[in-house]
Amino acid sequence: MEANQPHTPPAAAEGLVSVSGLTRQFPVGRSLFRRATSFIHAVDDVSFQLNAGDSLGLVGESGCGKTTVGKLLVKLLEPTSGRITYRLPGLDGAAGQENAPLEASAIIGRQLRTFRRQVQMIFQDPYESMNPRRTIYDTIAEPLAVQGMGTVLDRVDMVSEILMLVGLTPPATFLFRHPHELSGGQRQRVAIARALVVEPAFVVADEPTSMLDVSSRTGIMNLMQQLAHGLGIAYLYVTHDLAVARYMCHRIAVMYLGKIVELAETEELLRNPLHPYTRALLSAVPVPNPEYRREPPSIVGDLTAPIDPPERCRFFDRCPLATHYCRDNPHPAFEEKAPGHWVACYEV
Amino acid sequence: MTASAAVPVLRVVDLSLRYLTRGGEVKAVQDVNFELAQGEALGLVGESGCGKTSVANCLMRLLPDNAQLVAGQVFLDGQDILPLSEDQIREYRWQRIAMVFQAAMNALDPVYKVGQQVVEAIEAHGVEPTLSLARERVAGLFRMVGLDPALMDRYPHEFSGGMRQRAVIAMALACDPRVIIADEPTTALDVIVQDRILRELKGIQQRLHMAIIYISHDIAVVAEVTDRIGVMYAGRLVEYGPTAAVFRAPLHPYTAALMGSFPSIAGEKRVLANLSGEPPNLIDPPSGCPFHPRCLHATDVCRQEIPPRVERGDQWADCWHPLEAAPALEPADNGGT
Ligand SMILES: Nc1ncnc2c1ncn2[C@@H]1O[C@H](COP(=O)(O)OP(=O)(O)OP(=O)(O)O)[C@@H](O)[C@H]1O
Ligand SMILES: Nc1ncnc2c1ncn2[C@@H]1O[C@H](COP(=O)(O)OP(=O)(O)OP(=O)(O)O)[C@@H](O)[C@H]1O
Ligand code: SF4
Ligand code: SF4
Ligand SMILES: [Mg+2]
Ligand SMILES: [Mg+2]
Repeated sequence: MEANQPHTPPAAAEGLVSVSGLTRQFPVGRSLFRRATSFIHAVDDVSFQLNAGDSLGLVGESGCGKTTVGKLLVKLLEPTSGRITYRLPGLDGAAGQENAPLEASAIIGRQLRTFRRQVQMIFQDPYESMNPRRTIYDTIAEPLAVQGMGTVLDRVDMVSEILMLVGLTPPATFLFRHPHELSGGQRQRVAIARALVVEPAFVVADEPTSMLDVSSRTGIMNLMQQLAHGLGIAYLYVTHDLAVARYMCHRIAVMYLGKIVELAETEELLRNPLHPYTRALLSAVPVPNPEYRREPPSIVGDLTAPIDPPERCRFFDRCPLATHYCRDNPHPAFEEKAPGHWVACYEV
Repeated sequence: MTASAAVPVLRVVDLSLRYLTRGGEVKAVQDVNFELAQGEALGLVGESGCGKTSVANCLMRLLPDNAQLVAGQVFLDGQDILPLSEDQIREYRWQRIAMVFQAAMNALDPVYKVGQQVVEAIEAHGVEPTLSLARERVAGLFRMVGLDPALMDRYPHEFSGGMRQRAVIAMALACDPRVIIADEPTTALDVIVQDRILRELKGIQQRLHMAIIYISHDIAVVAEVTDRIGVMYAGRLVEYGPTAAVFRAPLHPYTAALMGSFPSIAGEKRVLANLSGEPPNLIDPPSGCPFHPRCLHATDVCRQEIPPRVERGDQWADCWHPLEAAPALEPADNGGT
């Protein structure tokens, strides 16, 4: 599985999905009688873009805002500020021109149904996309029915085929089970099948294979890559597993407390990580050898939540390289330090 | 870590479990046997759907309505817990044996504040005499798993996936159990937080002499944190032994396949080897050795007869043609072809 698509740096012409300055805050401590005075800056000024067939890995600390980015992209959450535009098959642009970029906020009514087909999310928690009272067949066939794809008879075949492709065989033994009658990894594969069965243009995959063993996972990764090549599906692939990101993604973006702090082509990022957080992350990957003892990662302090964070670099409190300059200045700008390799840090 | 020769904390004997479904009986656990000594960490690995969570659910005696225990005993501190009444089992569950559920999101009640749910678990079992002590204990547990104690008063939907998973770990630790089953406890965590949680768990395990069962698809995690490893295939435990020995020289061809296809971020990027063939159908499992349709070493006898147990030191496997000891794995590029 070689990365074999050309990709564009963050600032190129508008692609399939373009995100700029995306920001989302959540109020904390709000109650019936009290307005929120503090905010979690879950996603803060994030920009990137994806072309057809592209796949961008999103990695970062638990709670850094990855799922929130995903939910914003599929319009399950509204941004506090910032802009998302899409160029999706069947969705006309603002001026009514075919394939002109369309603002997320302008997608309403009839357009929304097309959007719901073209843009899918595979949830981190597979239960989120499943009704416990519906069978596996109903769960996967529902989006087909909503989109009017295939006849009822076709749908049985379509569902059986996608079950085979995600490794739930023989399909007949799974079709009429309910979600709670599956193992964790089997449930995850049903969620993947449901998202892919409508042949979308863009998929947000939020830790889609986190519960799968290598063998089942490889099958899914190959399937997703074939779809990327054959149908040009683009992926935003949220994962904490850098080995998976290596196989699935052309580029990787590293997030820390709401900000993207590094973005580069996958092999470049793994070979030449520049941001101190990325370096710590790579050093913490477990090694499949019981006789090998890894050093604890070089990162100090504790996880923090981005509640009303100070202006300075978000990584300051835990950074082994932090200087007085970092303390007294705003969060560093996101700059291209080498061709296609973007970093936000004063010290690199 | 060698275990004391005393009575094992946990002993599983001839365990078999089925689920009744419209399509037939799913034979999820078949003749599983193993023992766990105090202070020991066991890794349970195997393909998705092979029965790991089902074994765990038997140990907790939390079985869904359509489950049927066919045979077996589960001794916790010498007491078989399978025949106990629902009232009696309550004294064991959470206090003696606790579990971090695979579906962390499902283990939390959406309408209660997260901290409150852990406090209640502690109060229900009388672990702390007062509410404020219970709250203090929860705050300590939250800190240990890297959650700000201020988060105790927030609801599950305000937590990220990994935050919920950590809350569930805190909950399992709440009553100082003797055995903890951690079912994919770090799937939603980045490697730095995972590293920290695993180190914390290791620390508590050694301090309190607790036994831990890690269920994980991540061979690397199992390599790092366990003393023993059990490999499951199609509901059966097919290999068992000291982690280092099994990694150095697996006896069972399935174990070797499982370890050979691990993707790595070090070394050259390889095309991943997929274990060829389909996962077994547990409603109608293959005859003889369940792995035979996918095994490169299969012969006629494998297709017809259940394989015998072979032993090498503390390690055993059920196989007709066990593998010879092979050279040690290289950490940088351990690869299947
Ligand atoms: N609905 C909500 N209300 C309040 N806070 C929220 C809400 N959703 C998310 N948050 C907060 O926003 C931050 C980012 O959460 P998000 O779920 O995006 O993280 P994540 O990167 O996906 O983490 P993980 O890897 O653990 O899933 C967290 O601090 C979380 O507590
Ligand atoms: N309540 C149930 N009813 C019917 N079948 C079930 C039920 N629960 C599990 N199964 C089936 O039993 C088998 C074993 O499931 P189990 O959850 O133990 O697998 P697992 O090894 O934990 O897998 P994973 O790694 O995917 O979580 C699977 O094939 C699953 O489909
Ligand atoms: S800007 Fe300073 S504090 Fe921030 S990551 Fe770079 S060195 Fe560390
Ligand atoms: S018994 Fe035969 S088929 Fe089964 S694992 Fe051993 S060699 Fe392979
Ligand atoms: Mg998330
Ligand atoms: Mg499971």
